[in-house]
Amino acid sequence: MSAPAVEMVDVRKRYPSGADALAGVSLSVDEGRVLVLLGTSGSGKTTALKTVNRLVDPDAGRVTVLGRDVRDWDVIALRRGIGYVIQEAGLLPHMTVAQNVALVPRLLGWPEDRQRARVHELLTLLGLEPDRVASLPPAQLSGGQRQRVGLARALAADPPVLLMDEPFGALDPLTRRRVQDEFRDLQGRLRKSVVLVTHDVPEALRLADEVAVMDRGRVVQRGTPREIREAPQAGFVRDFVAAALP
Amino acid sequence: MNLLRFFAERRGEILALTGQHVVLVLVSTGIAAALGLPLGIAMARRPRLARPLLGVAGLLQTIPSLALFGFLIPLPFVGGIGARTAIVALVLYALLPVLRNTYTGILQVDRAVLEAATGMGMTPSERLRLVELPLALPVILAGLRIAAVVSVGTATIAAAVGAGGLGTYVFRGIATLDTRLILAGAIPAALLALLTDGLLGAVEKSRRPARAAALLAAGAALVAALAFAATGPTRQKAVVVGSKNFTEQVVLGEILAAHLEDRGFRVDRRLNLGGTNVCHEAVTTGQLDVYVEYTGTALTDILKRPVNSDPAVVLREVQAAYGPLGLRVGAPLGFNNTFALVMRRPEAARRGIARISDLAPYAAQLRVGLFGEFLERKDGMPGLLQTYGFRLGVRPREMDMGLIYPALAAGQVDLVVGSATDGLIAALDLVVLEDDRHYFPPYDAVPVMNEAGLARHPGLLAALDSLAGRIDEASMRRLNYAVDGEHRSPSDVAREFLAGLRTSARQ
Repeated sequence: MSAPAVEMVDVRKRYPSGADALAGVSLSVDEGRVLVLLGTSGSGKTTALKTVNRLVDPDAGRVTVLGRDVRDWDVIALRRGIGYVIQEAGLLPHMTVAQNVALVPRLLGWPEDRQRARVHELLTLLGLEPDRVASLPPAQLSGGQRQRVGLARALAADPPVLLMDEPFGALDPLTRRRVQDEFRDLQGRLRKSVVLVTHDVPEALRLADEVAVMDRGRVVQRGTPREIREAPQAGFVRDFVAAALP
Repeated sequence: MNLLRFFAERRGEILALTGQHVVLVLVSTGIAAALGLPLGIAMARRPRLARPLLGVAGLLQTIPSLALFGFLIPLPFVGGIGARTAIVALVLYALLPVLRNTYTGILQVDRAVLEAATGMGMTPSERLRLVELPLALPVILAGLRIAAVVSVGTATIAAAVGAGGLGTYVFRGIATLDTRLILAGAIPAALLALLTDGLLGAVEKSRRPARAAALLAAGAALVAALAFAATGPTRQKAVVVGSKNFTEQVVLGEILAAHLEDRGFRVDRRLNLGGTNVCHEAVTTGQLDVYVEYTGTALTDILKRPVNSDPAVVLREVQAAYGPLGLRVGAPLGFNNTFALVMRRPEAARRGIARISDLAPYAAQLRVGLFGEFLERKDGMPGLLQTYGFRLGVRPREMDMGLIYPALAAGQVDLVVGSATDGLIAALDLVVLEDDRHYFPPYDAVPVMNEAGLARHPGLLAALDSLAGRIDEASMRRLNYAVDGEHRSPSDVAREFLAGLRTSARQ
């Protein structure tokens, strides 16, 4: 058994205000698995996610990616080796769809024809017609299309690890459902190691291999989707899950 | 139409001045961009820098242009007479919009977009180049557009330091009361401003502003290079002749210049410079080889010495004091341009005013118009009032030298302070009051020369000396009227005068 793709050990982070953002979080994601961090806003789930690509540096504890402490990585190389998807896709508004998708390959200095081929391949993979959308600015796409482009961009350099922060949060329920299904299909083929943050209980249960429920900077329960649904811990987790599921 | 014919006749000169104007605007806006962009970026990186830098740039904008020139002219490297000083001043004015818009443009980039860029592994410089600058570009371009359009307007002041441009016509037009000249400067400047605004506006609205901006910058550089080449190589060993910014000075400058050209010198004319101090600084620092000064002005205004009414004593004192400054005072040209208190003839006759002392009973209601310098000078207003023992009831109105007589003729003021050789005195049927207590010191016109310039141009001293005593008050008033009253060009008037001198010499 190889080392987990991403691991956090007793990670702590305090806001300048003095409040605890992370009060000792330990987590791990095995290779090819999807870990969902589920919690309300302010639970610390996004902060935890950002310690992985060092957008946030913890005050204490250890974060490793592919078996290596993130502080020992060159921070730029670390980030280029991790796909990053955020809410509203975080597409650069002044670049075309193709330029957005090719961004990390371009930063890595790929030759242009290889970049072009990769863009074509990924847009096709995500069910977008490359000839129609490649040269459009993101503003001319629908929300669902933008989210697919965001995912394509994260996958462009074929990173082993994906970080996804509320990736489907801005979509209407129908589109969200469809994009979630597409993601699950894709993950079945690509087998990335994924950390996904959401406040949406059904989404967590549908996409996760493992769920970590967070509250006030702590992981309060870890388990498979089934365990979370059928045996939620008394207190916060039970209330949270019960409120979201009929 | 009269104006159109005037434009057509002068189209060569108008084009040349427009070319100079364009070069001034392009070079100064270019430098302002080259300084303002990196500084604006630095400010966005270190907000602590922002407040002091924006403060300084804002402060610079509030300094009146002539005052700024006053600071700049004595400075080494950036100062002096000519395009360099003008460009430094224009850059200082253009800096604020570039700086402010670069700074705010970068700061207004969505933080979420920036975090996405960082999270994808962009280095800070990649983030700047690929995300921040492209997204800030519309705001930055708007700043450049403001800077360029404002520069087109402010570049008219470049004429005050002899840098040329369309302001040359505006200043000359104001000095000679020639509306056509003012329009010949103002209309092309306005068109230039509209063109600049339109072009940069089109860049802002274009689908690919970065590419359009680069294209425009390349085009602008080409135009600047062409216009620069068209304005000709800077003549190296030319004698530089200067003058202050009123008709008589311009005519005297043209007379000196044409006279020297007749004697085989090459001459660089830097006429219509800002004022006494600008000319004095320029000739002291060697930016000018010669200009015409008045002995009384030199004594009281430049040397800050007490007033004296003996012409020979004043000349000797000025000559002695100028030596250590590296300046040579030539022989007087022949006329005394003393100050004159001037009134409308019918009103003076009705009130029985012929001498300055006759003003005393009317001093309380008298509305006086004068140029600002006169309030400050040792031989100016305070001493005049003291000598004649009266007080003004109404605060004197300061106005440009060229506007004094029109204001008097129009009845907006009752009395103006002018000079004895003003051509409009005769043309507008005005009357000069007698200085019955001999307050005003002598203002004999003398060429002031830079010693180093004399050494560089053998024969220059002799050439200028040959004009000694050749221009009397009547001639000077006539020459001034030919320009102010008949709207003839100072250079034609000067050439004609010199031709007349030669004919009378032969007879």
